[in-house]
Amino acid sequence: MFLIKIIIRNAFRHKLRSILTVIGVAIAILAFGLLRTLVGLWYLGVEQSSATRLVTRNAISLVFSLPISYRDRIRQVSGVKLVSWGNWFGGVYIEEKNFFANFAVDPKTYLELYPEFVLLPQAKDAFLHDRKGAVCGRKLAAKYGWKVGDTITLRGTIFPGQWEFVLRGIYRGAQKSTDETQFFFHWDYLNETLKKAAPRRADQAGFYMIGVTNPDLAAEVSQSVDGLFKNSLAETLTETEKAFQMSFVSMTEAIMIAIQVVSYVVIVIIMVVAANTMAMTARERIAEYATLKALGFGAWHIAGIVCGESVAISLFGGVLGVVLTFPAAHWIETELSQFFPVFSVSALTIYFDLLAALAVGLVAAVFPVWRGSTIRIAEGLRRIG
Amino acid sequence: MANGKPPIVEITNLAKSYRRGSQIIPVLQDITLDIAEGEFLALMGPSGSGKSTLLNLIAGIDKADSGRIAIGGVDITALGEAELAAWRAANVGFIFQFYNLMPVLTAFENVELPLLLTPLSRKERQEHVEMALGLVNLSDRMDHYPSQLSGGQQQRVAIARAVVTDPTILVADEPTGDLDRVSAEEILTLMDRLVHEFGKTIVMVTHDPRAAEKAHTTKHLEKGVLTA
Repeated sequence: MFLIKIIIRNAFRHKLRSILTVIGVAIAILAFGLLRTLVGLWYLGVEQSSATRLVTRNAISLVFSLPISYRDRIRQVSGVKLVSWGNWFGGVYIEEKNFFANFAVDPKTYLELYPEFVLLPQAKDAFLHDRKGAVCGRKLAAKYGWKVGDTITLRGTIFPGQWEFVLRGIYRGAQKSTDETQFFFHWDYLNETLKKAAPRRADQAGFYMIGVTNPDLAAEVSQSVDGLFKNSLAETLTETEKAFQMSFVSMTEAIMIAIQVVSYVVIVIIMVVAANTMAMTARERIAEYATLKALGFGAWHIAGIVCGESVAISLFGGVLGVVLTFPAAHWIETELSQFFPVFSVSALTIYFDLLAALAVGLVAAVFPVWRGSTIRIAEGLRRIG
Repeated sequence: MANGKPPIVEITNLAKSYRRGSQIIPVLQDITLDIAEGEFLALMGPSGSGKSTLLNLIAGIDKADSGRIAIGGVDITALGEAELAAWRAANVGFIFQFYNLMPVLTAFENVELPLLLTPLSRKERQEHVEMALGLVNLSDRMDHYPSQLSGGQQQRVAIARAVVTDPTILVADEPTGDLDRVSAEEILTLMDRLVHEFGKTIVMVTHDPRAAEKAHTTKHLEKGVLTA
């Protein structure tokens, strides 16, 4: 009890110094938490991928399409439950800066394969029955103020022209981490328009999504599908959705590693700053530590006082940093939704934040603890006055 | 013995030196001294004569090179660090020139500090602290922090802290050195009371002849040697 009392009072003895240290730790923990969240979210698409979904694309590159005739042949492969298809549309809403993911998909099969996109039954029905209909995620609709029934025009970049859609539904994610910033419309609408405007580009799918009956069959089905089109003009590459997502993530893995390194560097820097503060504090209090030792208090008492003060300040900063992480993450999710459609801080990140704050406190206390607990009493008492 | 009582402090052939680089500087040489129970001893001498070092050795906060110090029959030169810390907590009361109070603790809490190392209950500690602060006439300042007290009051708190465990011996290093004349007189009167009314043994280092006058015995140190 005495130790706690003296630790807390000592921690706020030099208010300005303590407040600045707390703010420093809080900012470091905030940065650490946000950077860790960013890295975690980068892999979220991979983690969220379903084990029962496969992606088939052109074996040469994703930019090359596949004939729509593949659809029926893929359906016949043993273990295939459902086949959907689509194209990356790459449309722009009003200005280039209004970037969001938009796809032309086969609505019925696609929504069946992606139960995480939750639509009201009447909205789903309206979407399925309107060839010019579209659906979008809740966050995207909120960002641009779209309502069901609105006409939305996208300027095609891959498929030139002004494309008009009627918003028939707004989906919400089944989980907090589901991306609610995507836009889907009928592949048939795209294909029929292309048949008139650019017939050579019609009847092509950018990708096939395959639902398998059993995750254990994924490898077998992949092999069978690719085997079907071997030596054809458009060979396929089929892989699990996870591997497909990972191929995107791995392109930027070096950046992610760099961000992770930066997050650790931030912690190391604040450790040095906090250690310097604690060293100054201990130097000023050497006579007090010597007095306590003279009165009979042992090295462990002194170590507890010094270490406790360091940990208390760091944890205070850590908790403040954690508290600030939530509004900061919300701001990022709201204001930078085109880059970070989901930016939610996980419980694991909070745990690591607090662990980092504790580590800062403990490391910062090492030298002062050694100094305070090994000081010779007679020498320490001479430091006063 | 000065007061006819047996010695409570027995110092025999004590020597202490400091090392400065490759040079060894003798501070105390062949000190032999007995201090009787209930005696008020003043150690005087010029700066660097070794009086504070001798006081530190008697208080068990420094180690001698050779010789023996027995206090209350315990040879403290033979004790290890942890044993010495426990011995100090039970047997020595400290009065420092600059009071050495914990600035974040109130007068009550400062006096309570040494009692935290004893098995006393919270209530018993409170009784002891109130008695000690009453002895130094600071019952009305219990909740004051050192910064809210004058120098003389802070030294009285320090004296209360020194006596609260009822130690065998009180060691005082220039207890009036940082005080004005009036406050110094109050502190010396208080120390005198501790000797006469409570039978305490005090060893005091001082430069002040007026302070030394209060003591029963005055010993002089010159270049590490007791001269009188």
